[in-house]
Amino acid sequence: VLKLLLSKSEKNAGFADSPSVSAISIVFNLLLCTHPFKKCELHRLDQGPPTQALLTREQGLKYYRTMQTMRRMELKADQLYKQKIIRGFCHLYDGQEACAVGIEAGINPSDHLITAYRAHGYTYTRGVSVKEILAELTGRRGGVAKGKGGSMHMYAKHFYGGNGIVGAQVPLGAGLALACQYKGNNEVCVTLYGDGAANQGQIFESFNMAALWKLPCIFICENNKYGMGTSVERASASTDYFKRGDFIPGLKVDGMDVLTVREATKFAADYCRSGKGPILMELETYRYHGHSMSDPGVSYRTREEIQEVRSKSDPISMLKDRMISNNMASLEEIKEIDVEIRKEIEEAAQFLCNHIFYNEPPMEVRGTNPWSKLKSIS
Amino acid sequence: MDKIRNEQIRGTVKVEQFGDKAREARLRWFGRVLRRNRGYIGQRMLEMELPGRRRRGRPQRRFMDVVKVDMEMVGVKVEEAVDRARWRQMIHCDFQLLQVTVRDALNQAMDEELERDERVFLLGEEVAQYDGAYKVSRGLWKKYGDKRIIDTPISEMGFAGIAVGAAMAGLRPICEFMTFNFSMQAIDQVINSAAKTCYMSAGLQAVPIVFRGPNGASAGVAAQHSQCFAAWYGHCPGLKVVSPWNSEDARGLLKSAIRDDNPVVVLENELMYGVAFEVSEQGLSKDFTIPIGKAKVERPGNHVTLVSHSRMVGHCLDAAAVLAKEGIECEVINLRTIRPLDVETIEASVVKTNHLITVEGGWPQFGVGAEICARIMEGPAFNYLDAPVIRVTGVDIPMPYAKILEDNSTPQIKDIIFSVKKTLNM
Repeated sequence: VLKLLLSKSEKNAGFADSPSVSAISIVFNLLLCTHPFKKCELHRLDQGPPTQALLTREQGLKYYRTMQTMRRMELKADQLYKQKIIRGFCHLYDGQEACAVGIEAGINPSDHLITAYRAHGYTYTRGVSVKEILAELTGRRGGVAKGKGGSMHMYAKHFYGGNGIVGAQVPLGAGLALACQYKGNNEVCVTLYGDGAANQGQIFESFNMAALWKLPCIFICENNKYGMGTSVERASASTDYFKRGDFIPGLKVDGMDVLTVREATKFAADYCRSGKGPILMELETYRYHGHSMSDPGVSYRTREEIQEVRSKSDPISMLKDRMISNNMASLEEIKEIDVEIRKEIEEAAQFLCNHIFYNEPPMEVRGTNPWSKLKSIS
Repeated sequence: MDKIRNEQIRGTVKVEQFGDKAREARLRWFGRVLRRNRGYIGQRMLEMELPGRRRRGRPQRRFMDVVKVDMEMVGVKVEEAVDRARWRQMIHCDFQLLQVTVRDALNQAMDEELERDERVFLLGEEVAQYDGAYKVSRGLWKKYGDKRIIDTPISEMGFAGIAVGAAMAGLRPICEFMTFNFSMQAIDQVINSAAKTCYMSAGLQAVPIVFRGPNGASAGVAAQHSQCFAAWYGHCPGLKVVSPWNSEDARGLLKSAIRDDNPVVVLENELMYGVAFEVSEQGLSKDFTIPIGKAKVERPGNHVTLVSHSRMVGHCLDAAAVLAKEGIECEVINLRTIRPLDVETIEASVVKTNHLITVEGGWPQFGVGAEICARIMEGPAFNYLDAPVIRVTGVDIPMPYAKILEDNSTPQIKDIIFSVKKTLNM
């Protein structure tokens, strides 16, 4: 498992030396790069997604910004949880950012998406602001579900959560796809589940009906190697999750590379939109945190393993290195974006003095004693 | 092309069915003959035997054979012919009220709602080409096709989840469970994905879905196929639960359920499907709905209140008819809705009668009757009770198979009568 991830990252590192690309980039400042990646493993498919992708500077910066925001947001949530400001369940998504960003880049905002409980990242990519997410996590009225849902139950337009029961979201996703087919609006539904949920009976029931009725549903298994504390070898008789759909065609994709994910999603979406029925995608990815905040994450895996992935295949670092080595962005620019995002997240986490006045500039507020001064945000 | 039922045309022009009219004429003549003097030739003709050799095959039907059947249908006896006025009243056929079975009522309700709103569709096992396991969706697939009436494989959890997902995306599915016993396979989708979502999303995500199917005891289907789920579903906030008794209830409540933007569980009853009830013209109209959350007083009375839902309402009315002969007037309340429970109607009745008996087919522990007892105790009606509330329920055992055991496992009319006399200290 680890070797697979490492070999892929090595391949990516050696890419950037083609002179023609650098030349073009200097001359035009348009700053494109083409990106060859490993061919995806296919199941019942004659042809997979393209092995090259085009990345413009704009796109690159956007993906970088989104992934970095998600990363910082999850780390902030970690902090708040340890301060006991967030309670209950908190499942963090850091390490898997490329999946969310890549999928969103491969579909339209009018398509539908549903996932399980590790949903903060998808809530962000589907259009909810960081402030609303953090407010919901801390149980505030300004939260996306007014504080009544919490970490696992955040909803947005064409985003159906956030579902707490493992595997239950898969039939829901097939139902959303049924609605798309019924209305005839050429939309698809992306239904995500994890390697742990992949053994749920209701998922196979959904596969059957989706294939029977040719529903435009993209089933995506985010395989982060561990279902809570159980590694995939200990949980599944077959760890080829992309083949588990049996009669549904499947493909296995490197989930740490945002472009690979994007191209695979585009391919899958086109497949569904053409009316051929559902398709299954397995994203190989990794989570740095434990299953949830109450799981340190080191009892079933070694710290070395986590460090290896962080240093060799971190999605954000990979994108950063690729952009810098292709002269699509400078290190300073990236650093600036990082600082900006850090500030944004810090601001979003200031809750105490919100909403004193409507639409007014921030003002100073006296705290409980003469020495504590707080700042209000409207 | 607008489809107007024969019954509606007949009702509008106030003309009875020909067969009913002919029956009335036969019985009228019969009564007249009986009232004539003894020795009237007509009377001799009634019992006359034709001479000669009988032909092969089934004997021909004689006038008395036909009249006997008619009298049984109408519910009169030969002795009653003496009283002319009463006889005429009994045999008169009324065109206003129309006999509709519960099955047909549900079928018509779904048909009309499918026509009215194209977002409505039906899915479940055998609902399409088989015309419904209990024929409730007969004819719908022929009329609306594969898109609106969907046959599913035997995957309750899967298709219930699919139905909920479709509801989240804006359609209005009717999800049929072949019986509610099978809904246990899918109960996570009903409760966690459908019922709780509006709350968890703070109103952002509605789930306008209807789960329907037969609930409770049937005939000889034993333990795994006879459970009543009124208490289980009635327990959960976010869910509306209705339990129709007669055809009018079935029509009105199913229509309200389909038009409601919340998840509604409609608990029908298999034994009631074939029972015909009179439905008024108003009850047959396309926009006839019964509000969810309101109970109905089926029979007013002032000695004791009987509260019930679904099939047991019929038993209560039968018991009330028997008790009326002894001078005890029972007020029978048909709950119609389990959640939200209409406590006000029950309380108002208890204030009047001072005695309360709840009758249900389900098990006693944590049941509908238990909830009513608790609510009455917590409310103003408690002070008006002259005796503790009595619960008449199914026996606290898994349903047995043998008929005699099965019959004794659900409340019978004699149990209700016994309980009434107990509470009134008679």
